[in-house]
Amino acid sequence: MEQITILEGRQKQIFEKKKGVAQPDIACDTSSLSGSVSQRACVFCGSRVVLYPIADAIHVVHGPIGCAAYTWDIRGAVSSGPELHRLSFSTDLQEMDVIYGGEKKLYHSLIELIEQYKPKAAFIYSTCIVGLIGDDIEAVCRKVAKETGIPVLPVHSEGFKGTKKDGYKAACHSLMKLIGTGPIDEISKYSINILGEFNLAGEAWIIRQYYEKMGIEVVATLTGDGRIDAVRRAHGATLNVVQCSGSMTWLAKEMEEKYGIPYIRVSYFGIEDMSKSLYDVAKYFPDRPDIMDAAKQVVSEEVKTLYPSLQKFKKALTGKKAAIYVGGAFKTFSLIKALRSIGMSVVLAGSQTGNKDDYARLKEMCDEGTVIVDDSNPVELSKFILEKEADLLIGGVKERPIAFKLGIGFCDHNHERKIPLAGFVGMYNFALEVYQSVMSPVWQFAPRKGGTL
Amino acid sequence: MKHAKTATQNACKLCNPLGACLAFRGIESCVPFLHGSQGCATYIRRYLISHYKEPIDIASSNFHEESAVFGGSHNLKIGLKNVSDQYKPQVIGVATTCLSETIGDDVPGILREYKKEFKNGTPMPILIHASTPSYQGSHIDGFHAAVRATVKTLAENGEEQSLINLFPNMVSPADLRYLKEIFNDFKAPLMLLPDYSQTMDGGPWGEYHRIPPGGTPASAIVSAGSASASIEFGSTLEASKSAAGYLEEAFDVPRYHLSLPIGIKESDKFFSLLETLTGRPRPEKYEDERRRLIDAYADGHKYVFEKKVILYGEEDLVVAITAFLSEIGMTPLLCASGGKSGLLKKRIMELIPDMDVLGIKVREGVDFADIEDEAKVLKPDFLIGNSKGYTMSRKNNIPLLRLGFPIHDRFGGQRMHHLGYRGTQELFDRIVNTVIEQRQNASSIGYTYM
Repeated sequence: MEQITILEGRQKQIFEKKKGVAQPDIACDTSSLSGSVSQRACVFCGSRVVLYPIADAIHVVHGPIGCAAYTWDIRGAVSSGPELHRLSFSTDLQEMDVIYGGEKKLYHSLIELIEQYKPKAAFIYSTCIVGLIGDDIEAVCRKVAKETGIPVLPVHSEGFKGTKKDGYKAACHSLMKLIGTGPIDEISKYSINILGEFNLAGEAWIIRQYYEKMGIEVVATLTGDGRIDAVRRAHGATLNVVQCSGSMTWLAKEMEEKYGIPYIRVSYFGIEDMSKSLYDVAKYFPDRPDIMDAAKQVVSEEVKTLYPSLQKFKKALTGKKAAIYVGGAFKTFSLIKALRSIGMSVVLAGSQTGNKDDYARLKEMCDEGTVIVDDSNPVELSKFILEKEADLLIGGVKERPIAFKLGIGFCDHNHERKIPLAGFVGMYNFALEVYQSVMSPVWQFAPRKGGTL
Repeated sequence: MKHAKTATQNACKLCNPLGACLAFRGIESCVPFLHGSQGCATYIRRYLISHYKEPIDIASSNFHEESAVFGGSHNLKIGLKNVSDQYKPQVIGVATTCLSETIGDDVPGILREYKKEFKNGTPMPILIHASTPSYQGSHIDGFHAAVRATVKTLAENGEEQSLINLFPNMVSPADLRYLKEIFNDFKAPLMLLPDYSQTMDGGPWGEYHRIPPGGTPASAIVSAGSASASIEFGSTLEASKSAAGYLEEAFDVPRYHLSLPIGIKESDKFFSLLETLTGRPRPEKYEDERRRLIDAYADGHKYVFEKKVILYGEEDLVVAITAFLSEIGMTPLLCASGGKSGLLKKRIMELIPDMDVLGIKVREGVDFADIEDEAKVLKPDFLIGNSKGYTMSRKNNIPLLRLGFPIHDRFGGQRMHHLGYRGTQELFDRIVNTVIEQRQNASSIGYTYM
């Protein structure tokens, strides 16, 4: 078979762990190489995913139709009440708007939408073109906020002004404007915010329930099942618990600086990390040993039922090899541990937006021979899947067809998923999904497994 | 309550570059390339993958702030070089975006420079450029722009040969396979463009393919200029924007313009045209298909007669389905499209002169909020269109018959037939079944024969 080569401009973002070989730092945090078919999206995408689950606000995309159309009802982020976040609003800029400016169109759009849907707030996303034609979004938002009496928040998410991470930051910037504007008198001292949890398939509800069982008050979830009033009160919490570090660490740092709220990083994937995320919160309240006791109780109850149910999967999957390519690096750490707990090893680990520290840790965690990639692309992923003979790929919609074409299993671990993978129950679902895909008899027909073309 | 409406709410269209990317995927060994931000390529990939379930690599020049200020020339060239090195394509289809169009990049000029600067490197792919600003038109315009640009770049003059060009419009891979089968059975040499029947619905891979096999070879497109005729589907597609229009203008290849052949009458027109152009009668197999379809119409007519529907999608598809519905006695209360050619009503009027009497309403440039408002008043028996109508279907408890693109919430959209007797048969069966299911569900008896 023909050797698949790596582009020269990409080589520093790929690393294979080998004994006795100098281990340079992986290059990351850079913009994608032109023409490399990155799996990343843009600044707008970063902002849109972070704010998307806020369900009682309208999300208005200022630009031509594409950006709004491709993000309409795109995430599995569910709401327990209003569902304004599942609607797609766009100023749908036309050629004349590009020439003469889109401010009026934006103004009228906002006034009408707010009148029609009565949201608690409005987020206005700038797209590429708005950055060029120079619409004064800030001024329009101020005017509309004044006239309607609700927060109207510009999100500076012009697609080309950085990477997806800059979009996260722009979104957090808008959230910071809301935080600190709600009443906090009745918030318990034993309280947290859950940051970077988007309630995909109801995951935030699962996590929240664990913390509540421990006697912890959850002030706000940012942004899963999000509500504007909860965001406004987030500064009343004692501790910020940050998942999906890529998107929300900036916000946690800002809140620490402005409101003196410390933060810890957690992950809710896999038994080990899920348990740790409960213990770490409990440890933060040493004057209440009952919280730690309750945490232990939750973990032991959950593990008691979960552990035996995983053994069937472990038996079948032991020795199978996985490739991981997801958005944030923090998730990769958990997935490696979770896969190990069901007998699988990891031969490829990568992310779209990991930073230097993330990759250093990944290097430490991985077995020898594991390939680590930053901002990879279909050609590279295919190359390593084939060379390392992976049996499974974990990724999102764009990675799925690569796995299936090459005749290996696939687990959806992105923001469109409809099955909760977080929490203890999530670990069961994860193992089940991996098992159902890897062990399916359909692969016997795949050409690489002896099937005929 | 009726609200003033400036913003587009739940769009019933996609942006221009998406159509171009799909069309470029129908050329053999071609990588679609978007000159703009990284997000455009990624979002479009994701959107197409959710329908076609195939790997779809779309390259991007990945603009940064400097490119937006100083022009995207540098990024475009580096991008083309990297795509050439990594994919070794024979063709790169470059489509623009709102960003590169607004800053006014001279893409043809940049491509000329690129060819000069890199002529000694890797083999130079053929570079095609389609102008597809997202602030104009919709995805279907990008589709046609890419097909026209491809022909414009490649087609050459030559001695007339017995070849027919077919520009099928944005149809399913299954439709494309059917069209090829028809030409094969007529023993008529065919230049089908685009042909993503395999690239967007192919088999498993024994080894990695940088670019999936299939598609119309560039060499075949060269011959389009010396073909004896072009057939082009799409009643609102104007010659000035179409590939067949260009070939007629540049090389005197006669353009035969048909509606998408859906329903018996429109399919008959297509088959008659093929008989005329090839001088051969239609193969018996299609007579059989036609006979079975007429028989099915008879068997099912009572289920569908005077059923009222709302129909939406690309304008050409809406016109074609309207024609089909009118021949089985169904009434499209509303024919709606997010597109805005200005021709939708005219074309439907030509098909159904008494449309006003029948209460058929036509609306261009609408979104799903508009269609939903209409649905509340019109109370149709069901909806016909792509799967993006599901939200309103569920909310208003009106069944949805899915067809066209995208089908994101059902399996096998890429294998659905729409065209010819075979496609019409499939659609008719599905429509009848929709009615039967509705009746069965509504009945308290639980009939086992319907």
